[in-house]
Amino acid sequence: MLKDITLGQYFPGESVIHKADPRVKIILTFLLMIAIFIIDTYMGFLIMALFTALIVIVSDVPVKYTLKGLKPVLFIAVFAAVINIFFVREGTPLFDYGFIHITYEGLDRTVKTTIRLTLLIVVASILTLTTTPILLTDGIEKLMKPLSIVGVPAHEIAMMMTIALRFIPTLLEETDKIMKAQAARGADFDTGNIVQRAKSFIPVLVPLFVSAFRRADELATAMEARCYRGGEGRTRMRQLTLTVSDLYLCVAAALVIGFIVYLQYFI
Amino acid sequence: MNDSIVKVNDVSYIYSSNISEGREVKALSEINAEFKRGQFIVVIGRNGSGKSTFARLLNALLLPVEGTVIVNGIDTRDEEKVWEIRRSVGMVFQNPDNQIVGTIVEEDVAFGPENLGLPTEEIIKRVADALQAVGISEYSKYAPHLLSGGQKQRVAIAGILAMKPECIVLDEATSMLDPIGRKEVMNVLKKLNKEEGITVIHITHHMDEASMADRVIIVDEGKIVLDGPPKKVFSNVEKVKGLGLDVPQVTELFNELKKEGFQLPDGVLSVDEAVDILADIIVRNP
Amino acid sequence: MSIVIENLSHIYMKGSPFEKVALNDINLRIGEEEFVAIIGPTGSGKSTLVQHFNGLLKPTQGRIIVNDIEVTGSNLKELRRQVGIVFQYPEHQLFEETVYKDIAFGLHKQGLDTKEIDKRIRKTIKMVGLNEDILEKSPFELSGGQKRRVAIAGVLVMNPKILVLDEPTAGLDPKGRDEIFSFILQLYKEMHMTIILVSHSMEDVARLAKRVIVMYKGKIAMDGYPGEVFSKAEQLESMGLSAPQISYLMRKLKKIIPEINENIFTISEAKKEIMKYL
Repeated sequence: MLKDITLGQYFPGESVIHKADPRVKIILTFLLMIAIFIIDTYMGFLIMALFTALIVIVSDVPVKYTLKGLKPVLFIAVFAAVINIFFVREGTPLFDYGFIHITYEGLDRTVKTTIRLTLLIVVASILTLTTTPILLTDGIEKLMKPLSIVGVPAHEIAMMMTIALRFIPTLLEETDKIMKAQAARGADFDTGNIVQRAKSFIPVLVPLFVSAFRRADELATAMEARCYRGGEGRTRMRQLTLTVSDLYLCVAAALVIGFIVYLQYFI
Repeated sequence: MNDSIVKVNDVSYIYSSNISEGREVKALSEINAEFKRGQFIVVIGRNGSGKSTFARLLNALLLPVEGTVIVNGIDTRDEEKVWEIRRSVGMVFQNPDNQIVGTIVEEDVAFGPENLGLPTEEIIKRVADALQAVGISEYSKYAPHLLSGGQKQRVAIAGILAMKPECIVLDEATSMLDPIGRKEVMNVLKKLNKEEGITVIHITHHMDEASMADRVIIVDEGKIVLDGPPKKVFSNVEKVKGLGLDVPQVTELFNELKKEGFQLPDGVLSVDEAVDILADIIVRNP
Repeated sequence: MSIVIENLSHIYMKGSPFEKVALNDINLRIGEEEFVAIIGPTGSGKSTLVQHFNGLLKPTQGRIIVNDIEVTGSNLKELRRQVGIVFQYPEHQLFEETVYKDIAFGLHKQGLDTKEIDKRIRKTIKMVGLNEDILEKSPFELSGGQKRRVAIAGVLVMNPKILVLDEPTAGLDPKGRDEIFSFILQLYKEMHMTIILVSHSMEDVARLAKRVIVMYKGKIAMDGYPGEVFSKAEQLESMGLSAPQISYLMRKLKKIIPEINENIFTISEAKKEIMKYL
């Protein structure tokens, strides 16, 4: 059932990574991702992989959860492999049969792309696994605040994200209810070709949209009644404060990233 | 401070829906009412009687087309003071799902105080107090969709309490709840009214919720048709039923017995009262 | 047309940490032309139970036999034609441009010809107490009570033998409620449908149903005539339910007038009984 889908993939815990300031986590995730893109040596990948593994261990999130996000990547990796193996023609040939030309460079690129994707997914997963959606939203709002000078509506974006997070479970439940009601009237969502199936969803989507608009309207009234008037003059109950462990985390990441950059550009 | 919290003077409200057809719906016409501080008022009316429109006029969500609404001495048309009005008259709506903004309970309760720009420590204290007052402290870290209807409505009430209102208006806030949820909400309202002295204006069509009020107002077709203490209002059994509304079962039973020629008092609302009266008569003439 | 339920259990999200037993070993038989009310607090399993009647939910254990045929995945179409379910707030599922098209939705799925469809729609709209001129309107411009009746018509038009209604009057005012109940009673009396009413309102149940089933924590806690069930007020209260106000009155009167009949739960019966002593 649709209700079973849990929102986000937060894995509750009390680790240093869980407790770290979301702003720090977002920035570091971002920097680590850039570093992963820069790396082009196996030595660099090894260091990065070790650092990532260390973080996974510290975060206390079961390894199988951190690897969950890799399933869709597998497809991309295979696809990249096919492209690289068949279409990279330059370089030292290793194997040549008919239209299959495997070159050293092609193989090299395939392996590196796969490692890169895997590391990217794992690093991003750690962020979402150890940070609640609310803290993530808070972090993004705070980080985007300076951008409001140039007209980026940081508060509004964060408010939209919060409301979306709040209403996704409600709307999923509603979808489930409408589908059941239409099924009771003879609708069939499981058989037929793609066009027929898509058509059978119209009786679900129309009432769902009607209800979403009704909810949006009522919510806007309720927010107004509770004195909401945009981000201006608004204070927050939850404050984000940097702690010493955030500093350690920054230092550790800086060392790793620095070392990788050094390896990449100075050796 | 005078002792009236809200004063409604000659208020009319017209919805101009379907502007192309020029159709106008008069939702309220020339309403006059004054609400005393600290009272528990129940407003009853059929769907479409104008009671929701009436509610929305009380905190400047709607402005009267004619007449004035005065809240705490402030005219609701005073644009500069609209936030002061909405702070002092909080509103709970019908659908518990569509008024909770936060993704966790305490976050939602903090929404109002955050909008008021209060300092963090003050918000934390108010949220804790408000959750305590409605009895859901243990759910403070829950996601709202995991709560029951009655609990969600109590979260909504807590969200208003945290703004320290003088008056709470409930716009059919119990109509989507099961009996347990309704009881929970009514108990919280009674407590807030008695202990904190908060004025409660409760709009409903559940008659049993009306019998404990200080004052009952029945609205029909945009007008106040009955207004007074519950006993007095419900003594008009035929009139109330004629408006498409219910009376409590015992009230109706007494009315039926009176039709058979028995001498019984009007406006009996509770079982205990009914038992006392019947016992008295039966024991007197065996 | 009967429903027989044997050893039915339903567990949501079985095997996950969120596992929840919604129904626990239910045995039940609902016979032909019964008017049954199912009551119980929220989360007691009422809705889960009725969704098994037409195969919307599959039992984790046990079986359901409708009209002597066991419910399996392959005979759902016919089953859903015979067992109609009206869900809570059914007006939220309206989607077509006109009332007519919306009511016709289920009939098109059955592949009936337009003439038959037209005949049935016109008959059904009268059954729910609405005028034919409403058929060409958009369902979204109707009043709340009208929308509700249109949505119920969308189920009735399939000519079900068994009609399940989950809180059909939730959120309606007393007049809207009475309108709905009056045609439900008519369906029962004139169309000889089996009616299964899921409700929170004891007053309504007392007035309408011939049999009351009380669900509590996934089990059937009580099953009997309204009088039998409402006479156990303490037990109902321990489950967060209550008896109609009249039954409390009669029970209290019994303490003063020991010979009075306390198994009374409607106003008209109470009037007759009390008049004997006045």
